[in-house]
Amino acid sequence: MAVTTEPGNIDLREPKGWRRTKNRTATALMVLSFVLVIIPLGFVLFTVIAKGASAITWSFLTSSIPPNVAPADEGGIGPAVVGTIEITALATVMAVPLGVLGAVYLNEYGGRNWLSALIGFMSDVMTGVPSIIMGLFIFSIWVLHFGYSGLAGALALGCLMLPIVIRSTYEMLRLVPNSLREGSYALGATKSRVTMTVVLPAAIGGIVSGALLAVARAAGETAPLLFTILTVTTVNRNVFSGPNTSLPSLIFVNASSPYVGAQARGWGAALTLIAIAFILMVVARLITARFARYAQ
Amino acid sequence: METPEQNIVTNLPRLETAVHVDAEQAEAPLGATVFDAQSVSIWYSAFKAVTNVSLTIHEREITAFIGPSGCGKTTVLRTLNRMNDLIPGARVEGDVHYRGESLYAASVSPIAVRRRIGMVFQKPNPFPKSIYDNVAYGPRINGERNKAKLDEIVENSLRGAALWDEVKDRLNKSGLGLSGGQAQRLCIARTLAVEPDVVLMDEPCSALDPIATGAIEDLMHEIKSRYTIVIVTHNMQQATRVSDRTAFYSVLRDEKSDTRTGVLVEYGRTEQIFNDPRDERTKAYVTGRMG
Repeated sequence: MAVTTEPGNIDLREPKGWRRTKNRTATALMVLSFVLVIIPLGFVLFTVIAKGASAITWSFLTSSIPPNVAPADEGGIGPAVVGTIEITALATVMAVPLGVLGAVYLNEYGGRNWLSALIGFMSDVMTGVPSIIMGLFIFSIWVLHFGYSGLAGALALGCLMLPIVIRSTYEMLRLVPNSLREGSYALGATKSRVTMTVVLPAAIGGIVSGALLAVARAAGETAPLLFTILTVTTVNRNVFSGPNTSLPSLIFVNASSPYVGAQARGWGAALTLIAIAFILMVVARLITARFARYAQ
Repeated sequence: METPEQNIVTNLPRLETAVHVDAEQAEAPLGATVFDAQSVSIWYSAFKAVTNVSLTIHEREITAFIGPSGCGKTTVLRTLNRMNDLIPGARVEGDVHYRGESLYAASVSPIAVRRRIGMVFQKPNPFPKSIYDNVAYGPRINGERNKAKLDEIVENSLRGAALWDEVKDRLNKSGLGLSGGQAQRLCIARTLAVEPDVVLMDEPCSALDPIATGAIEDLMHEIKSRYTIVIVTHNMQQATRVSDRTAFYSVLRDEKSDTRTGVLVEYGRTEQIFNDPRDERTKAYVTGRMG
């Protein structure tokens, strides 16, 4: 017989006892973890804005770097801004296409053969290599022969970005359902067509955001640049030769300087770097949304 | 003949000969032969999914593959346009001829095969592109660039799939925004857009409600005059409603090695398979005593 209950006697409230306690404890712990995560993030942002915002003016972003003894309102960080943009852009141009193609090979062409297993494994190992080792590596194979240049810095940053791009792209390609590939093959498409017209467009949003995350990460790296670009105080527009400088290098030098003016310029450079990373993230979101307009 | 009480799947008198009743039915004229499969066995690595299937499929007819799960209907279907090539470890033994050409000859390109033999899948799989781009996809990969020509192909294909009136005002909207039945008709339109010779359908209605199923079945009747259709279905009513010819597959279990493989049991005109089956297993299946 079915259980019959008089109307009005049904209890639909949350059950009391241990189950409710567990539920509330878990909820409280989650809120607490969120707050703990937010505190350092907010503090970093607050400090950098508080100390750096006053320095930011157009002439600060474009003027040459003065000697460290110069007061805070003199000179700027122009060469570092230009250098960071040049070097990161060059690294992106080298690493992103290579990384995306590598991931396409791993997921679409390599299958389970030994070569793709090896490449996948090596790229995962590369992810864990400390960035200063990348700098030393480029120093020994490039800088010792061809001298300091933005290109050397871009090579080091590219080596850092490559495994990140490969891994994120690979994961995105794996998410593309096989039914889409089959649908394309069933219309008589070749493998390259399937990859170009179905698989990559379906994954492009994730690929772009993964690549921009790698770019943002590389733009903030100091260690690989220490051995590869040196520092300069005037803008070097030629990324392929001669020493260059970057925002992280400038922050590194100025933060260890005893002069108040240099430190203030360092804070300004830190805020500029965070702003660049922020702009890249916003662009990533916009591009993802643009490409995802047919995916629901 | 075994009695119905016995386990029909396991007691098979013979492996090699399915019942073919075509020859006895002189009153039903046969169209030109499109597919001629002889002694086809299909392997997935060490697993023999289908054993010794022989059948011919005729032009401008709807041929239905029915049978219980795991009997290899879909596997045989995917062999007809070499979709199984995409599965690592799959291989085909025996001969499959398509209009006289051996499909598995070394010189045959699976790409060229699939341009002539289209396929509609069990789950609607529209591309994450606009409705227009979904339909124009096939013609575009075949090199059609003329906008006016593409517009015409898209409209005709969508009309052919009975979808035009529902989507003509939102051709640039995503194909993923359609309902299940509409999405499946979009996939059919996409297949028709490359003007294939044969349309293979792998349980095209299994994810659809009865109304959408009815729409697809009507559509099959309409396009039958121009295309040869092979459909896999779990739904026996559907087979009787749409098909001219029915192939019944079953699972054969080898007691000694405890392996299972799919076999073709009986193949003939649909009325004959359902009203006058010659094989006990067919009879058991179509009357609902098995599967």
